[in-house]
Amino acid sequence: MLKRQYVPLFVTVGLFVLLFAAGSFRYTGFFSLQVLMNLLIDNSFLLIAAVGMTFVIVSGGIDLSVGSMIALTTMISASLLQQGWPPYIVIPLVLSLGILFGTTLGAMIHYFNIQPFIATLAGMFLARGLCYVISIHTITIDNAFYTTMAQTKIRLPGNTFVSFSVIIALLVVALGIYMAHYTRFGRNTYAVGGNEQSALLMGLPVARTKIMVYGFSGLCSSLAGVVFTFYMLSGYGLHASGMELDVIAAVVIGGTLLTGGVGFVVGTFFGVMIQGVIQTIISFEGTLSSWWTRIVIGVLLLLFILLQKLLGERRLAERS
Amino acid sequence: MIKHRLFWPLCVLAGLLLFNLIYSPDFFSIKMRDGHLYGSLIDILNFGSPLILVAIGMTLVIATSGIDLSVGSVVAITGAMACLSISRSADQNALMTILIAVASALLLSALLGLWNGLLVAGFGIQPIIATLILMVAGRGIAQLITNGQIITVLSPKYQYIGAGSLFTLPFSIFIVAVMFAVASLLTRKTALGLFIESVGCKPTASRLAGIRSRTVMLAVYMFCGLCAGMAGLILSSNVSSADGNNAGLWYELDAILAVVIGGTSLNGGRFYLTGTLIGALIIQTLTTTIYMVGVPPEITLVVKAVVVLAVCLVQSDKFRGLLRGRGGRGKAGNYPANREVNPHA
Repeated sequence: MLKRQYVPLFVTVGLFVLLFAAGSFRYTGFFSLQVLMNLLIDNSFLLIAAVGMTFVIVSGGIDLSVGSMIALTTMISASLLQQGWPPYIVIPLVLSLGILFGTTLGAMIHYFNIQPFIATLAGMFLARGLCYVISIHTITIDNAFYTTMAQTKIRLPGNTFVSFSVIIALLVVALGIYMAHYTRFGRNTYAVGGNEQSALLMGLPVARTKIMVYGFSGLCSSLAGVVFTFYMLSGYGLHASGMELDVIAAVVIGGTLLTGGVGFVVGTFFGVMIQGVIQTIISFEGTLSSWWTRIVIGVLLLLFILLQKLLGERRLAERS
Repeated sequence: MIKHRLFWPLCVLAGLLLFNLIYSPDFFSIKMRDGHLYGSLIDILNFGSPLILVAIGMTLVIATSGIDLSVGSVVAITGAMACLSISRSADQNALMTILIAVASALLLSALLGLWNGLLVAGFGIQPIIATLILMVAGRGIAQLITNGQIITVLSPKYQYIGAGSLFTLPFSIFIVAVMFAVASLLTRKTALGLFIESVGCKPTASRLAGIRSRTVMLAVYMFCGLCAGMAGLILSSNVSSADGNNAGLWYELDAILAVVIGGTSLNGGRFYLTGTLIGALIIQTLTTTIYMVGVPPEITLVVKAVVVLAVCLVQSDKFRGLLRGRGGRGKAGNYPANREVNPHA
C-alpha cells in the first residue's frame, strides 16, 4: 500500500511524465533526449536554489532572499573578475558570502524571534540594493574560465550533451537527498519543521539546525548565482528578479508542505522539471506568449496546495 | 508620552522632514501656480497616495493575522483593465466610458480580493501561500490583458484621477482621505474593528463567541483588493498608461513595511490605521529625500532593508531585553517548555 505522505510526490512525477508525453505527441522534435537535457541545462540554477529552499520550507520557514542573492552573486563575481581577480578566489569568496548572509538571517530569525518572512524580505531588499550600489549597469564577463564553463559541452551517449552547470546541479541534488534522509542534520530539520516545541523538548539542537538551514540556503543561492553567472556571462542587478517565487513554487509543486515537516528533495527536482517542461511547451507552441508560464504555474501551485490540504485533512480525520 | 505607540514613528517622520529642511531650505515652501499648489510636501502626499491606499487595506488583512502578497499584481491588473476598456472605446474622453472603465476595474479588484479571501477563509490555506498564487499568476494575467504591451490612453478625464486637482490639491489626496475616513469610521465607530481583531487573535474562539469569522475575513480581503484596485487606477491614470510587467512592482513589500513601521504587529490581533498612514508617509518621504539629496536612487532599497531590520529588531522583545542588559532572556525564557515558539508567517 502506498504511504499517504508519498502521494504528492507521485502526483508530481506523474504530472511531469504526462506533460512531457503531451508535448511529445503534440510537437515533432519534442520527444528527444536532448530536450530533457536542455531542461536541466536551462534550469540548473533554479534546481540548486530550490534544494536549499526545500530545507528551509521543511524546517517551517521561508527564504525570500534567494533571487536577490543570485543577482548579488553575479554582480560581485562580475565586478571582481573585471578588476582582474582570479576565479579560484572569486568563487570561494562569493560562496562564503552566501553562507555568511544566510547564517546571519537565520540567527536573526531564531534569536530575535523575527518572522522568517520579514527577515528574509529585508535580506532581499538588502541584497538587491547592494547590487545597485556596485553598479546599475550590466557588467559583462570575459574571463577565460567562465567562458569555458559556459561553452563546454559534455558529450553523453545518444548524441546529447550537458553543461558543467548540470553536473553541479545534479551533485547538489544528490547531496540534498543525502543530507535530508541520511544525516542527523536532515532528521533535525524535519523534527524542527514538524513541531519546534517538541524538538526543543526532545533536546534537539533547534537553534543550530534553524541557523544552519538558512546558512545552507544562502550557500545554495550563491552557488546558484555562480552557475547563473556561467549561464549569462554577466552581472546585473535585475538578474533573477522574482525567482524566489519560482523556487517556492517548485518546492511546493514538488510536494513539500508549507507548514513544514514534510518534503522531498526528489520532489523539488521534479517541481523544477515541471516548470521547465511548461516553458518548453510554451516555446514549442510559439503563439502562446511567455506570460502564460506564470499563469500556468499559478494554477499548478493552487492545485498542489489544494491536494496537500485534502490529504492533510484526511490524515487528521484518520488520526482522530 | 514616550510610551505612546505613535511617538517613535512620528519622531522618525519629523526627523526626516527636519533633515530635509536643513538640507534644502525651500522644502516646506508651497507655491501657488495656475490655481494648483506646488511643493515637495504636496508631492509626497500625491506620489504617496497609492502606497497609503494599499497599506490601509494591508493593515486590516494583517490585523486578521493574514498577509496579502498579491496587491502589486492587483495594482497591475486593475490599471491594465481600466486602460484596456478606455482604449477600446470610440471616444476615450467620454464620461460614461471612464465611469464604466473605473467601475469595472474596481469590481474586478474586489473579486480578486474575494478570491484571496475564499482561499484563506474557505479552504483554510495559509494567507502567505494563498495570496502567493495570485501574486505569481497575477502579473501573467495583467500581461495577458495588455497583450504584453504598454497600453497608453488619451483621456484627460481619466488622467484627472491621478493627476488632476480639486480645491488646489491633487485629487488623489481626496481619494485617500475618503478611504482612510471610511476605514477608520467602520473599524473604530462600529464593532467591526473589534471583530477583525478578535479574528486575528483566534479565529476559532471568535467563531464560538458568535462572530462570523469567515465573513469578516472575506470582507477584509475584498477591501484590501479594492484598495489595491484604487491604487492601480491612480498609478495608471497618473502616467496615462498601463504596464502589466512593472506597475505596482514591490508594492506588497512597501505596504507591509508601512504597516509594520506603523506599529501593527504581523502576528495579528491589533491594528493602527493612523500608524500605517504615518508609516507610508515615512517611506514616501524617505524615497523623496533620497532623490533630493542626490544619492543614487538605487540605494533606496538598502536603506529600506536597514529600516525593516531596525523596526523588526525593536519590535522583538528579546532584542529590547538585550538592550536593557538582561542578556536577552525574558522571565519565562529559562525553561524550554515555557519558551515561546514563533509560528512562521
